[in-house]
Amino acid sequence: MKRIRRWGPGLLLVSPSIVLIAVFVYGLIGWNIKVSLSDWRQAQPSSGYAGLRAYRDLFHDAVWSLDLRHILIFTVVFIVGTLFVGWTLAFLLDKGVKGEGFFRAIYLFPMAVSFIASGIVWRWLMNPAPGDRETGLNAVFDHAGLHFLVNQWYLGQNWGMAAMAMPAVWALSGYIMALFLAGFRGVPEELREAARMDGASEYRVYRHVVFPHLRPVTLSALIILGHISIKVFDLIVAVGGKQLITQVPAVYMWIQIYDAQDYAKGAAIATLLLIGISVLIIPYLIFTVRSERNA
Amino acid sequence: MSKIIPGSRTRLALVAVLALVLVLPAAASARTKSSTGSAASCQLSVFSWWTGGGEAAGLTKLIAIWNKQNPTCPFKNETVAGGAGSNAKAVLAQRLAAHKPPDSFQGHAGKELQDYIKAGQVEPIDFIYTQYGFDKIMPKQLISQITYQGHLYSVPVNIHRANVLWYNPAVLKKAGIASVPKTWAQFTAALDKAKAAGVIPLALGEQWTQKHLFETVLISTLGVSGWNQLWTKEGDWNSAGVKTAIDRFNTLLAKYTNSDAGSLTWQDAGKLVADGKAAFNIMGDWQDGYFSGSTAGGNLALKPGTAYNWAAVPGSDGVYDWLSDSFTLPKGAPHRDAAIKWLAFLGSEKAQDTFNPVKGSIPARQDAKTSLYGPYLKWALQQWKTDKLAGSLTHGVVASNAWNAAIDSALGLFIQGHNTASFQKALVAAHDKNAS
Amino acid sequence: MSTVAQAPPLAAPVRKRRRRRTIGLKYVLLLILAVIILMPVYVLLVTSFKGVIETDAAHAWSLPHLWSVDAWRQAWTQLSPNMRNSFELVIPATLLSTMLGALNGFALSKWRFPGADLVFTFFLFGMFIPYQAVMIPLTQLLTNIHFPTGIPSLIFAHIVYGIPITALIFRNYYATIPDELMEAARMDRAGMFRTFWSVVLPISMPAFVVALIWQFTSIWNDFLFAVFIVTDPSQWPVTVALNNTTGSLVTPYNLQMAAALLASAPTLVVYILLGRYFMRGLMAGALKG
Repeated sequence: MKRIRRWGPGLLLVSPSIVLIAVFVYGLIGWNIKVSLSDWRQAQPSSGYAGLRAYRDLFHDAVWSLDLRHILIFTVVFIVGTLFVGWTLAFLLDKGVKGEGFFRAIYLFPMAVSFIASGIVWRWLMNPAPGDRETGLNAVFDHAGLHFLVNQWYLGQNWGMAAMAMPAVWALSGYIMALFLAGFRGVPEELREAARMDGASEYRVYRHVVFPHLRPVTLSALIILGHISIKVFDLIVAVGGKQLITQVPAVYMWIQIYDAQDYAKGAAIATLLLIGISVLIIPYLIFTVRSERNA
Repeated sequence: MSKIIPGSRTRLALVAVLALVLVLPAAASARTKSSTGSAASCQLSVFSWWTGGGEAAGLTKLIAIWNKQNPTCPFKNETVAGGAGSNAKAVLAQRLAAHKPPDSFQGHAGKELQDYIKAGQVEPIDFIYTQYGFDKIMPKQLISQITYQGHLYSVPVNIHRANVLWYNPAVLKKAGIASVPKTWAQFTAALDKAKAAGVIPLALGEQWTQKHLFETVLISTLGVSGWNQLWTKEGDWNSAGVKTAIDRFNTLLAKYTNSDAGSLTWQDAGKLVADGKAAFNIMGDWQDGYFSGSTAGGNLALKPGTAYNWAAVPGSDGVYDWLSDSFTLPKGAPHRDAAIKWLAFLGSEKAQDTFNPVKGSIPARQDAKTSLYGPYLKWALQQWKTDKLAGSLTHGVVASNAWNAAIDSALGLFIQGHNTASFQKALVAAHDKNAS
Repeated sequence: MSTVAQAPPLAAPVRKRRRRRTIGLKYVLLLILAVIILMPVYVLLVTSFKGVIETDAAHAWSLPHLWSVDAWRQAWTQLSPNMRNSFELVIPATLLSTMLGALNGFALSKWRFPGADLVFTFFLFGMFIPYQAVMIPLTQLLTNIHFPTGIPSLIFAHIVYGIPITALIFRNYYATIPDELMEAARMDRAGMFRTFWSVVLPISMPAFVVALIWQFTSIWNDFLFAVFIVTDPSQWPVTVALNNTTGSLVTPYNLQMAAALLASAPTLVVYILLGRYFMRGLMAGALKG
């Protein structure tokens, strides 16, 4: 009884949130799964059971395969790109430079601009017009003599989605920089000093003392970026509209629900997205729980 | 590691702020309640996606007339922009599902409204037609094409034409194109000449404009009756005619259009023609509004007939590929009487002749005052009197939303892979799944 | 600790020269990256000062021939009525959700109970739900529980869906608090709320700032919830007004870009003001994981 009195208040404190999440997240996920198994395919709700029809439809859907390919390319380029840029910026700022606050504000600013707005600008920058209509970044490249960099950007048949990831990298790098910077600085200076005392070069200090400390931060960054990437919608629509050439699952889901009004198919896409996301976070959770137990 | 340690005063401040924060939403909520007022006062809430340009201007004029005529029931303009109505449609779907409909909402006349009709979300308004004589003054073909199972569900405010060929006379002259093409053969010949002259033969924009182009090619190839037949249950998408149309469309995409089409809006494509960088562009007649409208509204202010000119899409002279913005009567409209008055107003000659010259379209009624309309619209009004009507696919007349989405997918895949056979198969499948 | 290899220490002047060169190189790289990152902002700014005639993709890079503040004036007219709504939305939503996150994070890390990790996982998964798919049942749910419509409903939705990320931030931050502090409070026979108030809350500022910045940005920039949950156009936050600057036919780019900059100004101010604290919050382990 005494033990319950110890932790009872804690449980009580989080119970309202548990109820809210249970209703507004899991309740809706449940609703979503139910709809995906139903035959609701027009404006009028319908609760007949249709089994895995919607999932089977998606499996045979050439558009869905294309969406998956697109989101995969986008995710990889986005995550790798943002981690790389963010890390580099943090690395450069780590030792402290004059005007760090100024640089930090600049790098963080892109996150303040919503994708709906920055999408338009990036559309202009990534303009693929050829020849004398050339503009945007292509024009800059040609003027700078970097002709090999001129390309079709998001209209590229096979790798267009890699270009689409650029605005996203631009927007999130600053935040990831901040994460890594904190990670770098979270390494106690004593540890670094001790290594230096032992005669290690700066390179070795970084490699053997600092970088191992960054693993948890990297994992957090991966989770945050991953969940943004899989749900990405605003950016895609702002740059490429709902065209198939840049379509991703979240856009297809919107089309199915609000344009085609095949609610079952839309719900199936949402469920598959959730499953895909789980693949990302379950390793994180296992890692967290295990590392905390070890601590 | 320095952690900021606020003292007890800071903590009290935090609590005070939180307390204040709980008050703000209550204030906002109170403001909402007072602004929506008592149930007795009347407000006509109309939902549309007319947020800019000539449409917003035209709507503003209508609102002014309405408010003057109905001071006790002022107009409440509810617009959501984005995606040619895509956002608005989504929000509308949610409101209808939640049984919180506006008093009236905009929709394309035709099958696009079918989903609402089938879901029982709109009321039949045949009585408005008979009471105000719309059934007599609007073309019979039009009325029959928007009748669903014997009933009418919307009042068309305007008519737009989709099968228009826009061209730059100077460019045509430079390329040695003597006359505006009237058949497919003449068209390809003209396109070849344009290509040889170093301009873009046919300016093209993003995916939906390509669907628009495909639709006009289909109509030109199949003719009106062939086109209308496609949308029935017996429609044959496997026919040789459809195959020819697909091949022609493929030729256009492969040989005669600009490579960066996917990054251009319909205006960007039009501008290529206006700037002399392209010879032709196929687009609906809102292109005229863009070409000739004032620069203040972001238009080009060009002289119709000199800086640019128009004709029917080659092979479709005598066919009016029409679409129409219309308004409905939702079931459970909060102010039903006002809504009915609104619909009656929209179908009136005054409303249509006020709205359409500004918007850049022609009235659905046949008694338009021609003098109010610009040169292109005068031509369109002429054609409207005699042409046969073919409803637009891209703009929701002949196919339901689901069917349109299926065609979008098929078209998207075709644009990527250029496989004409799979395209035709996918179109057949789309028909079989969605025709009714 | 000395697992690093031995290398002969360099002479002091050599090290100093090398350090100056490194710092110089660093500045160059930082500046180059800053310029690259600011390029789109440049286009936004420059376009917003152009008249409608000059505004198109072909002239994205050029400075205006005729500087004009028309776009800004129009953007202000279209957006300012909604700014007030945005503030009415963001301030309560951010503060309340952050406070809730602090309480949740505290309970999940320092006043644990059996299954605390499970509950945390339970919360975290909530971050990943694709909102577009559930907008219709969500709005119906809000109607069914008769929650006051308009901005209050929107605040409520943001608080609920902010539970996962704020819990994540605070839980990870509080995990770095040494257990001795908690033990000391327990020795003084302090209950949960007293411990929170006098021990934990005073040192929570960094985490608050991290959470505040994230929540402010997401809630301020949110479009989807706003447009679905708030049906009265006069109640719409600024993001919906921003979206509505897209004409349905002709898009006035200069207006859109001015509006975009206007809409992102408050967020930028928040970043600048709280930027310093942001760094300290992260250093203390808010998102270290």
